[in-house]
Amino acid sequence: MNEPTRRVAVRGPGTRAVRRAPGRPAITALDEQDVVGDLLIRSLVRAQLVLGLRLAAVFGCLIGGLPLLFAVAPSTRRVEVLGVALPWLVLGGLVYPALLAGGWLYVRLAERNERDFVDLVERS
Amino acid sequence: MTVPYDIVAVVVVVALTLGIGVYGLRLARTTSDFMVASRAVSPTLNASAISGEYLSAASFLGIAGLVFAYGADMLWYPVGFVAGYLVLLLLVAAPLRRSGAYTVPDFAEVRLGSTAVRRIASVLVVAIGWLYLVPQLQGAGLTLRATTGAPVWLGAVVVAVVVTVNVAGGGMRSATFVQAFQYWLKLTALAVPAVFLLLAWQGDGAPDLAGPAGPTFREATSVRLDAPVVVEVVEPVVVRQDGRDRLLGTGRVRLSEGTVVFPAGSAVPQVESIERATGDTWAQPLSGAGGLEHPLYATYALVLATFLGTMGLPHVLVRFYTNADGAAARRTTLVVLGLLGAFYLLPALYGALGRLYAPELLLTGRTDAVVLALPGALVGGLTGDLLQALLVAGAFAAFLSTSSGLLVSTAGVLVQDVLRGTVRDFRRASVLAAVVPLVLALAATSLPIGQVVGLAFAMAASTFCPLLVLGIWWRGLTAPGAAAGLVVGGGLSATAVLATLTGAVDGGWPAALLAQPAAWTVPTAFAVMVGVSLATRGRVPAGVARTMLQLHAPEALGLSRGR
Repeated sequence: MNEPTRRVAVRGPGTRAVRRAPGRPAITALDEQDVVGDLLIRSLVRAQLVLGLRLAAVFGCLIGGLPLLFAVAPSTRRVEVLGVALPWLVLGGLVYPALLAGGWLYVRLAERNERDFVDLVERS
Repeated sequence: MTVPYDIVAVVVVVALTLGIGVYGLRLARTTSDFMVASRAVSPTLNASAISGEYLSAASFLGIAGLVFAYGADMLWYPVGFVAGYLVLLLLVAAPLRRSGAYTVPDFAEVRLGSTAVRRIASVLVVAIGWLYLVPQLQGAGLTLRATTGAPVWLGAVVVAVVVTVNVAGGGMRSATFVQAFQYWLKLTALAVPAVFLLLAWQGDGAPDLAGPAGPTFREATSVRLDAPVVVEVVEPVVVRQDGRDRLLGTGRVRLSEGTVVFPAGSAVPQVESIERATGDTWAQPLSGAGGLEHPLYATYALVLATFLGTMGLPHVLVRFYTNADGAAARRTTLVVLGLLGAFYLLPALYGALGRLYAPELLLTGRTDAVVLALPGALVGGLTGDLLQALLVAGAFAAFLSTSSGLLVSTAGVLVQDVLRGTVRDFRRASVLAAVVPLVLALAATSLPIGQVVGLAFAMAASTFCPLLVLGIWWRGLTAPGAAAGLVVGGGLSATAVLATLTGAVDGGWPAALLAQPAAWTVPTAFAVMVGVSLATRGRVPAGVARTMLQLHAPEALGLSRGR
């Protein structure tokens, strides 16, 4: 490696605070996969993974927690809400709009991560 | 008899499927058109097609049948079928599309550069595809028998032939149009009769769907048996068979072929495999209604299989390559979540109404027919006949669309990894991919459709889920690690599937673990894949950084792409 080492502060694509040494644009760094490019893409991958896992964890607890709730508090199996037994109301109806809302939220946030990343790359 | 309407319904659906297929064929010119519709299908059209392809016999008939027989715990099937798409969206959709691969084996090769992993993945695609095809074909046979009295093999052969002709002739482009149309047909076919059924139920005084009593014949009911059946009689009853009165004492009783008339108000003797449950027990989750053992374990294992298995289904994956880019793949998945959620509000309703109005299916054990039986039992007359014909049309749309999706992807893998990659051979591969499951469907005894499809999900979750998730997010995955994970996960889940299908293990924890294997096979597959990858750290592919860039970089950057 003859090139001088570049130092880069990477704070995730959300911060827009990555500073680069002047010279080669980030897009080239990405395409040619030097150290900077590698750090950039790693930060995006991490941000997207954290986002995906976070939402998966929220829904995993909300929906995946239901059988456990029914198991530890048997009274919840027969509670009636609006004239319908709770398990049927949730599993037969409410869960579907909730999943759609989760998907909508994810698409919004994931696209924002990507927009921030593109801004970051194109600015520098 | 309702024969004419039902046959007309089947003929119309088949004709429309082939007709739209031919229309699509005129548009398909190159091999690329043929295989992935040139990757230029709009998100809404593609989402309709994905949903149309996804809503199989299991969704249209199977879920209602399972809810009807086993109660509230079965609501997890449709929940899992939809939630699987959310997981797919969160972890897989966009990067998978950006990988530019057409099948999972392609992905394995792009990511790991290993032909060995590619071969293992190919074998698994074909195995999962065939396991999923068998209940579709059996469902077709069951539907024709239940509504027209046709022999069981006929429906299976009709679906296999139509789908093969359509896929071999039109490829993916025509499949996109056909399947988008079939989603809307299926939704209509289930929603319109549901409205009539609810009105009829209201008109009947809206009797309690989960009353204290077990399943009871509300009026004198004649049950036609075309095979002998052993039932559990809970209270003595005098029935009329072949013009003679016969007293059935409590306990196990064998009923021979023919027509048996049960008096009004008598308890329904149930087939041995489904235990009698009161409405109250049936309506509660984790109650073990119907004789399900270890319901809490079974529920969690099912949740794991469906949540994680969806992303690994061959016909689901192929569809993602028809999106224009990663962002379109995400938006498509979002629309799919909405379309599927709307559909899955309906099947449980049929299962619940069936307890009141079609309890004789608990005697024959043909619970998958509950959707088809309700219009005749609850609405009746010409309206009932027409509604039943509409349901038959929807059911055939389900068999045709899922089967053709599975056939396209299975044949795609066969053509790329077994035969040569030209259009002509794609046709030969389609025939091969259809004949094997047809033979299996005709030879095998049938389990509930929903349950067999659940096993296909478990197998996908134990193999392709770890491969895709680790491949997309973890640079450390190596070819030996992926291969080991696929072999172990596939081997364990295949063993469980075979043991369950053949009924080799009967009762207790072993049977529960094998019937819902995902809870132990998925973690094992992940552990093996990670463990072996760590042990073979030196074998991390050299181009992994470039691959990661390709999988995750937004299209807006305009980086050069491999494919």
